Amino acid sequence: MTEALLEARGVTRRFGGLTANENVSITLERGKLHALLGPNGAGKSTCINMLSGDLAVSDGHIHYKGREITGLSAPQRSRIGIGRSYQRTNIFPGFTVFENCRLAAQSRRQRAWRLFTNALSLEDTLEKARAVIAEAGLEGREDRIAGTMSHGEQRQLEIAMVLATDADVLLLDEPLAGMGSEEASKMVELLDRLRRTRAILLVEHDMDAVFAVADTITVLVNGQLLASGSPAEIRANIEVQQAYLGEEAFHV
Amino acid sequence: MIFSDRTALILKLLGVSALAGYPLVGSEFYIELVAKVLILAIFAMSLDLLVGFGGLVSLGHAAFFGIAAYTVALISPEYDPANLWLVLPASVLAAGLAALAIGLLVLRTKGIYFIMVTLAFTQMAFYLFHDTALGGGSDGIYLNFRPEPRVGEWMPFDLAEGHQLYYFILAALVAVYVLLGFVLRSPFGRVLVGIKSNEHRMRSMGYSTFHYKLGAFVLAGALAGLAGFLYAVLFGFVTPELLSWHESGHVLMMVILGGMGSPIGAMLGAGSMVALEEGFSLLTKHWQLLMGLVILAVVLFLPGGLIALPARLRGLFARGDHHD
Amino acid sequence: MDIFSFLVQTLNAVQYGLLLFLVASGLTLVFGIMGIINLAHGSFYMAGAYLAFGLTSATGNLLWAIVLGVPLAMAIGAALEALLFVHLYKRDHLEQVLLTYGLILIFEELRSILVGDDVHGVPMPDFLAGSIPLDDTLSYPVYRLAISVVCVGLAIGLYFLIQRTRLGMMIRAGSHDRDMVQSLGINIKLIYRVVFALGVVMAALGGMLAAPISSVAPNMGGQVLILSFVVVVVGGIGSVWGALIGALLIGFADTFGKVILPDFAGVMVYLVMAAVLLWRPEGLLGKG
Repeated sequence: MTEALLEARGVTRRFGGLTANENVSITLERGKLHALLGPNGAGKSTCINMLSGDLAVSDGHIHYKGREITGLSAPQRSRIGIGRSYQRTNIFPGFTVFENCRLAAQSRRQRAWRLFTNALSLEDTLEKARAVIAEAGLEGREDRIAGTMSHGEQRQLEIAMVLATDADVLLLDEPLAGMGSEEASKMVELLDRLRRTRAILLVEHDMDAVFAVADTITVLVNGQLLASGSPAEIRANIEVQQAYLGEEAFHV
Repeated sequence: MIFSDRTALILKLLGVSALAGYPLVGSEFYIELVAKVLILAIFAMSLDLLVGFGGLVSLGHAAFFGIAAYTVALISPEYDPANLWLVLPASVLAAGLAALAIGLLVLRTKGIYFIMVTLAFTQMAFYLFHDTALGGGSDGIYLNFRPEPRVGEWMPFDLAEGHQLYYFILAALVAVYVLLGFVLRSPFGRVLVGIKSNEHRMRSMGYSTFHYKLGAFVLAGALAGLAGFLYAVLFGFVTPELLSWHESGHVLMMVILGGMGSPIGAMLGAGSMVALEEGFSLLTKHWQLLMGLVILAVVLFLPGGLIALPARLRGLFARGDHHD
Repeated sequence: MDIFSFLVQTLNAVQYGLLLFLVASGLTLVFGIMGIINLAHGSFYMAGAYLAFGLTSATGNLLWAIVLGVPLAMAIGAALEALLFVHLYKRDHLEQVLLTYGLILIFEELRSILVGDDVHGVPMPDFLAGSIPLDDTLSYPVYRLAISVVCVGLAIGLYFLIQRTRLGMMIRAGSHDRDMVQSLGINIKLIYRVVFALGVVMAALGGMLAAPISSVAPNMGGQVLILSFVVVVVGGIGSVWGALIGALLIGFADTFGKVILPDFAGVMVYLVMAAVLLWRPEGLLGKG
């Protein structure tokens, strides 16, 4: 029996007259990597934003570990174990790699009232930061200013920061975007490893990667759920093929 | 950093020694002027916590300075000195509580709204003292006696004596500087800087940024209150002008002139601002014109303020070497 | 309060609110379209009042002063945009605040150097100088009524300008997508210059109209600037109609505040603002 960590039931988001997501349901289970596919403008980012709390839902419910979290803010969701990365790199460009991760790790035990404690003396936070830097493959670059690193390295940092928050659910918005093939395959390996103990939602354009690594694939088109199933089922699905007609990615 | 830690420490100690030695050589007029600069330096450092570290551009900081100044003037008895250990905490607390109340409202807004709303609330505080009988109206009120640091029968020092008041103010400045040093290195301070850099990401990492900003707003308000308290004690009277939005703009200019994001920069800004004003006012009665031009020049040509000047000069010379 | 004094106060509130709208709409247009926070906006109000004083003294009539003053204000606005404000578009809000704060100091001193620090009055045109009797003791000045009528006319004109003209279309497009407008070959620089000059004219016109009923005095811009901020915050930044609603709300709060709670009159408008902030932090008509 798998453990369902995050469940969205019939979530809908409207912007004025436009419905960006309509009645989308998705379940993320521990040990599984769930990929979210869809053409540009299908509503993938809206969906991930509703799960992370960046956007409020217009309708529908979200549950985490059996508890309703629809009304929780983004910081509240992060604190209970839902972590996310962003499509456009969203880091602290002026800080070092280490400080980026340290700040992320500090969010678990914030100790805001300890005004006379040096943040750099909190061993648990430092250790966590070092560990996630190693895990994301950024060793040796701790002192680099984050904004001066390559795009691929910044994507790795982005993942390291999510890991530093001890998230049980990882919502990853195109972590492979703009990466070289070597970096990308390293990232896929990392995702594979991370999945073992967590639930992952992966929004990704790289079809090869998605079909190689995903346990379940959900396809969104025009804000609606078109199909959901194993990679083999999705590949065989006529509707999905039609929706993607002309996109060479499906000639796998 | 342009200096090593050790050089920086030596420079700071030299600075404090020079300030401590000044009353031995300076005239009464200039001792009072330097004391005023020290007070404004505390005021500027408190605003820098918001602007330079938290990224919160407040145009209403004078409200807390003025509220504390009014508090000490209002709660002191008319014909006797008050007890310092009572009126000092009370004034700082009043400023902190005002910052809490105003912060709860203004921090609901961001960016340009925040600038306008802080400005509007400081004006509200101004009218509260200007229009009502509460604080003597537009004439303000006098503080007839400086508070006494009395503990039972014992008086460890005497603020009625000018030099001792000067040293008390200097000690307050050093204490605020040290306190800010701790705060900025603490987990709280790190979060504040993170919010300035990327508030959205801070939220997605689990920080309720509103509470942190509110904490910074209250702390900054309380420290501005300390400065306002000292100001009232030094000059012995308070007027609504202390809360005017020009004062808020004035202290913001000090922070920018010195270089935001650095308590030392804020102090330098306070010192050079007062020096410029005093110098210009000797030249012409239209000295504000020159001040305005200096402000334009600093913003246009000296981003980073005075504190960044050595590094910029060095960069300039380095480039010069390269050409040779 | 009897019905006539209530009527008088209502008319006062509307007149004050409409005048505030005139000044605040310029501020909100410049912010909404160009993204600039301009603390020196109040100085343009002051400049208008002093223009009214100077030109009325020279020509003998406020109407002539306005006829001559408006194009003058427009020219001043266009020149300031070309020389100074054009450098502000790409800067952050903090720098805009500081630069325009510096400008306030400069404008005040220039005013002091050019016309001195005295307080002046401006006579109203003779045919508007009378009052309309309401009952035995109360009457309402024609001039205040005239201000309201002119402001309503200007508000309608502004509506047509923004909604119905080609310039207005460009202005609306420019506020939404700068790059798009530029790619259509529309001269965005010219639009900015026109909008800024328009903002200056509205503030200056506010000062000219107000000159006969309030004294022309040093530092008169600061108070108007802050009240305009309150109006813009209450109405929602960039929204001209929000500014109209906000201005009327502030006009009523201030006028009736003075009647009901004279001691706290100055505070009243800020309490209204606080209430709006609690309810809708983005302003009544602001975009969330």
